[in-house]
Amino acid sequence: MNSLFRQRLPQLVTAGIFLLLFAAAGWRYHEVNFASAPNVANLFIGNACLGIIAVGMTLVIFSGGIDLSVGAVAAFTNIFAAVLIEKHGMNPLLVILASLAIGTAFGAAMGALIHYFKQPAFLVTLAGMFFARGCAYWMSTDSIDIHNELFLKLSRDTAKIGGDTIHPLPAYVFLVVLAFGYVLAQHTRFGRNLLAIGGNEQSALLMGLPVGVTKIAVYALCGAGAALAGLVSTLVSGGDSTYGIGLELDAIATVVIGGTLLTGGRGHMLGTLLGFLIIGTIQSAITFDGSLSSWWTRIITGALLLGFILFQRLLLRATQKRLP
Amino acid sequence: MSEPRHRSWLKSPALWPLAGLLLLALVNLAFSKEFFSLTVRDGHYVGAMVDIFKNGSICLVLALGMTLVIATGGIDLSVGSVMAIVAAVAATLLQQGHSLALVLVAGLGVGLLCGLVNGLLISWARIQPIVATLVLMVSGRGIAQLVTGGFQVRIDDTHYTFLGNGFLFGLPLPPILVTVLYLAAWLGLRRSATGLFIEAAGDNETASRFAGLATARVKCLAYVACGLCAAVAGILASSDIKNANPLHDGLNMELDAIFAVVLGGTALSGGRFNLLGTYFGALLLQTLTETMYYDQVRSQVAPVPKAVLIVIVCLLQSETTRRWFGGLFRRASA
Repeated sequence: MNSLFRQRLPQLVTAGIFLLLFAAAGWRYHEVNFASAPNVANLFIGNACLGIIAVGMTLVIFSGGIDLSVGAVAAFTNIFAAVLIEKHGMNPLLVILASLAIGTAFGAAMGALIHYFKQPAFLVTLAGMFFARGCAYWMSTDSIDIHNELFLKLSRDTAKIGGDTIHPLPAYVFLVVLAFGYVLAQHTRFGRNLLAIGGNEQSALLMGLPVGVTKIAVYALCGAGAALAGLVSTLVSGGDSTYGIGLELDAIATVVIGGTLLTGGRGHMLGTLLGFLIIGTIQSAITFDGSLSSWWTRIITGALLLGFILFQRLLLRATQKRLP
Repeated sequence: MSEPRHRSWLKSPALWPLAGLLLLALVNLAFSKEFFSLTVRDGHYVGAMVDIFKNGSICLVLALGMTLVIATGGIDLSVGSVMAIVAAVAATLLQQGHSLALVLVAGLGVGLLCGLVNGLLISWARIQPIVATLVLMVSGRGIAQLVTGGFQVRIDDTHYTFLGNGFLFGLPLPPILVTVLYLAAWLGLRRSATGLFIEAAGDNETASRFAGLATARVKCLAYVACGLCAAVAGILASSDIKNANPLHDGLNMELDAIFAVVLGGTALSGGRFNLLGTYFGALLLQTLTETMYYDQVRSQVAPVPKAVLIVIVCLLQSETTRRWFGGLFRRASA
């Protein structure tokens, strides 16, 4: 086994599981056209917010950190945008920019606390989750419908695929974010620094890598991604401050199922796409079945998560044995 | 120890949350006279302080288990989900007409099992605690929904609801139960070597193993204890509201428990724990919540000041801040 193959084994396993799952679901529900282009497109559209968040989460996990605040930050920008546009009649473009800026600043602030005060990432981001969720409820506890022209125009933008009409904008946003994340993670110095910090922060520091800036930047990026996901969810379903409860767990599951090591330092952005496809396929299959209840999504996701963590552990043990 | 006893008492980390608690109580006293009023109604004591103890008992018992886990250098994110599973199991069994004893044993058994799963994943499979307990956190609510069939289950059994709503000597039962649990834990841990074992496993696992301590077993048992505490919390919570709701029971309670432990002066890095501090920490957290309810802060907004408080406390405990303050004092004295 050459080393590149061994390094990419988790992603290959994920790809295999995805193909198996998709083929099985396609065969099981073939009379309702599971494996059709509109269904695949809807899989991307329906889970776009999760995907956008998972890209940011992948970067954070590369660096050995974790961000539990993403769901709450998404809820905050979701309701923030809805309230400002609908109740105060502000310019939607301005609101979008402000939301993204808030998400970025919030992430950067958490990153600074984590780096400068050497606090555990999960604790700071847990507090951030409380804070952002409380702020979201503070904006409004009612759900708000969007009547703004620009938002309506964007959300009613349609495309035809396989004879069905779909609203593809969330999927476009996700794909753009994914492409951006892919280039950033796999083809820039920043991405390499992230993996180096996740592998061993002390060594990264001794190598002269900009550890502090990179860590703060990655939480800022993750916050921006969460804010963007919140805006997309406003576009799709209007303002709702209870949006995204548990979304951070789904995002972490997506990343881990995608073969990224939760301790950091190893992973691939395309793995996250595969993890996203697996979770999307499970959800879609449960919807198509109709007799299976929604909670099976959580249980199966948990089981897959467990399987992958154990698998990674075994893999790591095998590679460690190989070393002298 | 050669140091006089009162000095070591003054240095106790439990002093900080106690000071915070007193400060918050004084603030409350300044703004409303009713806060400390204690009236007797139908032979029961009624007042804001009784409410704090009663509503805080769930956080108290969760924090007890969490203290042990954090002392081993770990963390348990799954306690909220375990609460939901236990509540769902207990309510479903009660609905099927099983006896109270069986329901309680089954509830505690489920909690023990959940703790054992976490413990084995961490001690035997050597998975990071955050990750290992995340699995149960994600799937736990799904399992709870599976148990109840996705519905909320009402609890009518008066013996069961007595646990969360009953009174003993005019005081609500849950805080008494929880205080007894704390005393038992303190006796079991501090009057035997068990507490020391936990701290040793958290402080330096390798060294403890070489010293002949079965660190894997100690760690695993800490998670089992935490699962049991979560089960007690689940039973108390469901008997209090006479209902089991798989989606809402124990939601975000893991955070409250962790915050209570940190407020109580037990460092997240492990190796040391302070049960008395955790007790006061949980009470401080609950007093903060009740104060906000008292001042008509909407319950949904209540997490904001909580989050701010926890960040401030963590920053105060961090070395960077201490260095700054240390520098400050040195400059002042020079």
